[in-house]
Amino acid sequence: MGLQQSDALDVERVREDFPILQREFDGERLVYLDNGATTQTPDPVVDAIADYYRTSNANVHRGIHQLSQEASIAYEEAHDTVAEFVGADGREEMVFTKNTTEAENLVAYAWGLRELGPGDEIVLSQMEHHASLVTWQQIGERTGADVKYIPVTDEGYLDMDAAAELITDDTEMVSVLHVSNTLGTVNPVADLADLAHDHDAYIFVDGAQAVPNQPVDVKEIDADFYAFSGHKMLGPTGIGGLYGKADLLDEMEPFQYGGGMIRKVTFEETTWHDVPWKFEAGTPVIAQGVGLAAAVEYLEDLGMENIRRHEERLAGYALDRMSEFDDIEIYGPTRAEDRGGLVSFNLDEVHAHDLTSILNDHAVAIRAGDHCTQPLHDELGVAASARASFYVYNTTDEIDALLEGVDSARELFA
Amino acid sequence: MSMGSDMYRQQILDHYKNPRNCGEIEEPTYTHAGENPMCGDEIRIDVELDDDEEVIERVAFRGDGCAISQASASMLTGKLQGMTVVEMQELDRDDVVDMLGVDISPMRIKCAVLAEKVVQDGAKIYEGEADLDKTTTEDDE
Repeated sequence: MGLQQSDALDVERVREDFPILQREFDGERLVYLDNGATTQTPDPVVDAIADYYRTSNANVHRGIHQLSQEASIAYEEAHDTVAEFVGADGREEMVFTKNTTEAENLVAYAWGLRELGPGDEIVLSQMEHHASLVTWQQIGERTGADVKYIPVTDEGYLDMDAAAELITDDTEMVSVLHVSNTLGTVNPVADLADLAHDHDAYIFVDGAQAVPNQPVDVKEIDADFYAFSGHKMLGPTGIGGLYGKADLLDEMEPFQYGGGMIRKVTFEETTWHDVPWKFEAGTPVIAQGVGLAAAVEYLEDLGMENIRRHEERLAGYALDRMSEFDDIEIYGPTRAEDRGGLVSFNLDEVHAHDLTSILNDHAVAIRAGDHCTQPLHDELGVAASARASFYVYNTTDEIDALLEGVDSARELFA
Repeated sequence: MSMGSDMYRQQILDHYKNPRNCGEIEEPTYTHAGENPMCGDEIRIDVELDDDEEVIERVAFRGDGCAISQASASMLTGKLQGMTVVEMQELDRDDVVDMLGVDISPMRIKCAVLAEKVVQDGAKIYEGEADLDKTTTEDDE
């Protein structure tokens, strides 16, 4: 496969760090376009995790011995590294979770269950991922709070006029995606934060598809909470980040209880450790933390502005190529600059799962299904869609390979 | 990757594009529907049994979904005509894969067995041995 230089990234050089991309299936080189689901892990990140286990592995916080000190420092500093990456002040604003979903649950349980009641309103969007939709739906059911949804326009944008109507003084929490994992839409989260704050509500931003692909500054957005997943940004699975404003996290009760999150325990009562440790009960995700910090350093070396330009270029190329065909329906905004690096689509007469199986025959890996947005798919009037999602190591040649695979599906089903 | 490429052989595509026994039976002995939420596949099957309610005389289906689920329904409805209810209940996943004559990748097996599950559950409900509104292949594979 001929690799071309991207304006923004030296893709050929980047690909050398990802040996998995050299895999071949029946003689065809893997074309990995399922990055919205999970990204591949570069050697420096794999090495950082392996080095940690080989040289510094120990439990954190409680150990006096040298290894425990080394592990503790590495784990604590990983919080600072990740915090700074998204514009947070430091570890006191960055909790490590299992993933974005757990971050959403943390706030829903620790804050939502305690603070919400009948008459209160939670405002989500129609393009919400199940991570927030299902979580807040359940919190609504348990507290009596109402859940409302900001509609999505036919063009794939949030209806901001409707948002201004829906967010009222009864609103306590607004939870929205920064970038839609289905439509690709980059949402105006700073405007939504202003709307929420005008009514003394908090805003939780799901940045799972944003943090990997564009510069993110939680302070500029003025998010109260902001969450993302490590494995979608070159890091390991099993770790995500939850940013929260320092005073909010400080006031909040814990999510889970156990070791590591306490200051003093008696038979009668317990006091809590400082943030973020208060929210990280039990032995935490130490090796994953080290891995995520290494992923962040890798991304910073590439430059998030460069990554954003690269993604926009790939999304734009995919949109252009797909638009050549009348039998391809594309979902979401038509302008690449309004999108993250993913394109969801359907090929007429070919079910998304059949299409994806046929692409698999050509060693092209994309996703098909409801992408954890079933209500949005109901709105779109389809049961499933195919989704190609791009990352730092992808090329326009690979998008051509995708289109060739689509063409063979078209022929097979003609 | 040979698993996938085998899935769309001519026979499967032919049954998908030209489904057999597609339609309704006016007064079926029983009718039952099911879905595979992963793909959004939906199938309803009407069955007409003989007077002793032992032998399957006619089967018709209608549905919407991926090629594997719809072709499987088309082929299964043909296979079922003349079969006893007991024989039909003995069909399993391997029989369905044999019938399709292609390797079904693990992620798509739910699509393949949907029709089989629907026709079997329908008979169980008719005989009072099961109580469910709709068959789903989400979690039971």
